[in-house]
Amino acid sequence: MKTAEITELLNEPACTHNRTEKSGCARTRPGATAGGCSFDGAQIALLPIADVAHIVHGPIACAGASWDNRGARSSGPTLYRIGMTTDLTEQDVIMGRGEKRLFLAIKQAIDDYAPKAVFVYATCVPALIGDDLEAVARAASERWGVPVVPVDCAGFYGTKNLGNRIAGEAMFKYVIGRREPEPLPAAALRPGIRVHDVNLIGEYNIAGEFWYVAPLFDELGLRILCTLSGDARFHEVQTMHRAQASMVVCAKALLNVARKLEADFGVPFFEGSFYGVSDTSQAFRDFARLLGDADLAARTEAMITREEARIRAALEPWRARLAGKRVLLYTGGVKSWSVVSALQDLGMTVVATGTNKSTEEDKARIRELMGDATRMITDGSPKALLQACKDYRADILIAGGRNLYTALKARIPFLDINQEREFGYAGYDGMLELVRQLALTLESPVWRKVRAPAPWAAQQAADETPPVRGGSDG
Amino acid sequence: MAEVLKRAKPLTVNPLKASQPIGAALAFLGMRRAIPMLHGSQGCTAFGKVFLVRHFREPIPLQTTAMDQVSSIMSADENVIEGLRVLCEKNSPELIGLPTTGLSETQGCDVQRLVREFRARHPEFSATAVVPVNTPDYSGCLESGFALAVEAIIDTLVPDSAGRCLAGRRPRQVNVLASSMLTPGDIEAIKAWIEAFGLQPLVLPDIGDSLDGHLVDQDTSPLTLGGTSTGDLATLGEAAATLVIGRSLQRAADLLKTRSGVPDYRFDHLLGLDAGDAFTLALAEISGQPVPASVDRQRAQLQDAMVDTHFMTGFLRVAIAGDPDLLLALGQFLHGVGAEIVAAVAAARSEVLAELPAASVRIGDLEDLEREARAHRAQLMVANSHAVPSAERLQLPLLRAGFPQYDWVGGYARTWVGYRGARQALFDVANLFLGNHHDTPVHRSIYRVGSESGPPHQAPPGAGLVGQ
Repeated sequence: MKTAEITELLNEPACTHNRTEKSGCARTRPGATAGGCSFDGAQIALLPIADVAHIVHGPIACAGASWDNRGARSSGPTLYRIGMTTDLTEQDVIMGRGEKRLFLAIKQAIDDYAPKAVFVYATCVPALIGDDLEAVARAASERWGVPVVPVDCAGFYGTKNLGNRIAGEAMFKYVIGRREPEPLPAAALRPGIRVHDVNLIGEYNIAGEFWYVAPLFDELGLRILCTLSGDARFHEVQTMHRAQASMVVCAKALLNVARKLEADFGVPFFEGSFYGVSDTSQAFRDFARLLGDADLAARTEAMITREEARIRAALEPWRARLAGKRVLLYTGGVKSWSVVSALQDLGMTVVATGTNKSTEEDKARIRELMGDATRMITDGSPKALLQACKDYRADILIAGGRNLYTALKARIPFLDINQEREFGYAGYDGMLELVRQLALTLESPVWRKVRAPAPWAAQQAADETPPVRGGSDG
Repeated sequence: MAEVLKRAKPLTVNPLKASQPIGAALAFLGMRRAIPMLHGSQGCTAFGKVFLVRHFREPIPLQTTAMDQVSSIMSADENVIEGLRVLCEKNSPELIGLPTTGLSETQGCDVQRLVREFRARHPEFSATAVVPVNTPDYSGCLESGFALAVEAIIDTLVPDSAGRCLAGRRPRQVNVLASSMLTPGDIEAIKAWIEAFGLQPLVLPDIGDSLDGHLVDQDTSPLTLGGTSTGDLATLGEAAATLVIGRSLQRAADLLKTRSGVPDYRFDHLLGLDAGDAFTLALAEISGQPVPASVDRQRAQLQDAMVDTHFMTGFLRVAIAGDPDLLLALGQFLHGVGAEIVAAVAAARSEVLAELPAASVRIGDLEDLEREARAHRAQLMVANSHAVPSAERLQLPLLRAGFPQYDWVGGYARTWVGYRGARQALFDVANLFLGNHHDTPVHRSIYRVGSESGPPHQAPPGAGLVGQ
């Protein structure tokens, strides 16, 4: 990929990071960098497309440590969970045999697994030795009659976020707009309900959480043409241009797809979230608004009233147990305010939140929700996070899986809200799982036992000098 | 004994192999107050970190030189120097491991020269040992990367004392070179075994001390919290003997022997009665002490378990996959109790593969394992967590072994070695077999009268340790 193309992706005009000072896409520093690469980001964004053979072109490190470890669920095909890689050898690299191996690898995948399409992900080594992914993909596609999509996402291009955009770009360039949607199944038509086609962009169906929300789309007559990419199929991605509205779910990563769908095909979009009761309701209202269907709007309001009443009643017993608990929330970007409102719905106090990846807009939204006294944390190092937990007397840390063991080692209750988690929190019913998981860790009897010193330690402490907890040096 | 079959297909499907840089990082994680820094793009480290965190359920210190597009093409030399400087400045580690990756190797970096340059430019950080090692991911596997790092640690940090006849100056000290097939639980058991003979073990690298998973007073640390101390490496040359466990450490062992002049005893693995006996004998010889009664008792317990379980392990058709050292260990152990290795897949090449008690062993992936297990009607699968879907498709019980074990709590703590470890492994294998036992199909005679109908109740396959 050319530098100019990368710059263009980094300067995504719809991303609010790029309207003011750049903070989200800073250069990486040797010895002080965390987070995944562009390949990681591209793979995360597309891997949930379930009927596609995903081939990682490179030596083993890229696929070997990453295959089959995301929580995205499929309601049908499981091909996406089969790990595939060209597993390049030293000979391949030295003799330049990578392209040939890739070509034959695509054939093997098609012969053995009959995929609807093959996605080929470039990694650092083939990018460096100059394998022409696009040419191989084109040749293989012509030869075997199965769409082969090159995703040029070498890790050294940059961050995970850039990789998400590269993935979106590849979908726009090679997949979207290549097919017309299927006609509506007659059995699904209901009198008085006009069906609208919509897209969800940046929703990954982690732990199957979207299935908490999906029935409500059916109820309202919203056909999800495609979710990019949770529980998606290749042919659905091809039809995204025919949607009447798109929702960018909880992440700026695939904003470029939404923007281009709007620019090239006139599909309007909005940004929203399915975390928390109020945000879930807002998402449905926004769809009704964008679609401009008064009847839909009325039915949406009725559905929201019913669902909110139902879920608030179900949450009531939990509310007493969670109210007043102090939360330190550390997540990237948009998710912060989205989760803040979900926790406030429960009567919990968010004492501080991470704003490392948040835009000014996000921060304003957080201030609006939490008041001006809100502490915003920018340093996400384990040490800083634990210090913040102490300073703000947090009862629980809510963060991504990366910080799971940071919290546990410090004997702090923890809730994982990122991609790898095992539980779904989306929609109205997801809230029930969320409260359950919150109570489970907050109320666990293990904390008291692991925080207390051994019975003999007290005796020894009396005899000698008192032991210091949380010493600064090891 | 076994015919070694090379990789025969262009596409690797359901990879078994983990990369050399991860193996090297793991070896460095067995050093005290250490942090590995992979010379590659940030993803090399991010993936490696997630891999190790999920397996050990521990925070894992791991950094990156963060090569980007410009440095990948122009030169990433400054990234290495800068990364080392930042780590020294921030955390003053005792040791920084510096494994290369496919990216930096393809670029052609000379990581040894860069360390020398770092030394020259930053004499203020001389207290921190830096160990460079070439571990491209287009060769080898986790095991070989681990072995290369151990060799590099010896090469960089063990002084040449062979000519000075220091061996035996510490008559109770026994060095242990431990390969990547050993879990933290294994290392603990090996130490206790050695200590039972009144000897003092010095394990290199000691992931039993750093990755065993224990809560400490300290809330967080950017470095490893235990492991082999760099300072202790100077005493390797004064030990009475070196015990080498795992053929992958052959070259590292040769180097240590040359450097230190300490005699060594080499073992392919410590799994099962025979291997346990060989190790016990060596310890008796080194210590000059009789075998302690407690060891004898454990041996007798293993023998009892062997007798009890031989009905389940005999003729058991097993499919195994793993890195070469582990594969040989599991193969010889199971073969030694009457099982048949009907499918064997190794992540990478190694001389030990030919010695596997099986007709053939393939260098391949978990798709190969699944196909061969199906073709040879395997009854038990032994492999890492990635094999769960394969085992489910074949309706086979899975005994988890090797890296990674992310769907299973405590795999890192499991003890395989020694009489106790072998006994538990036998119990588990036997229970897996019993839990998945297929009864003879029911026959209902046409002459039998009565209103009974429908199929008889069948227990679902997969009690006990079966993959969920």
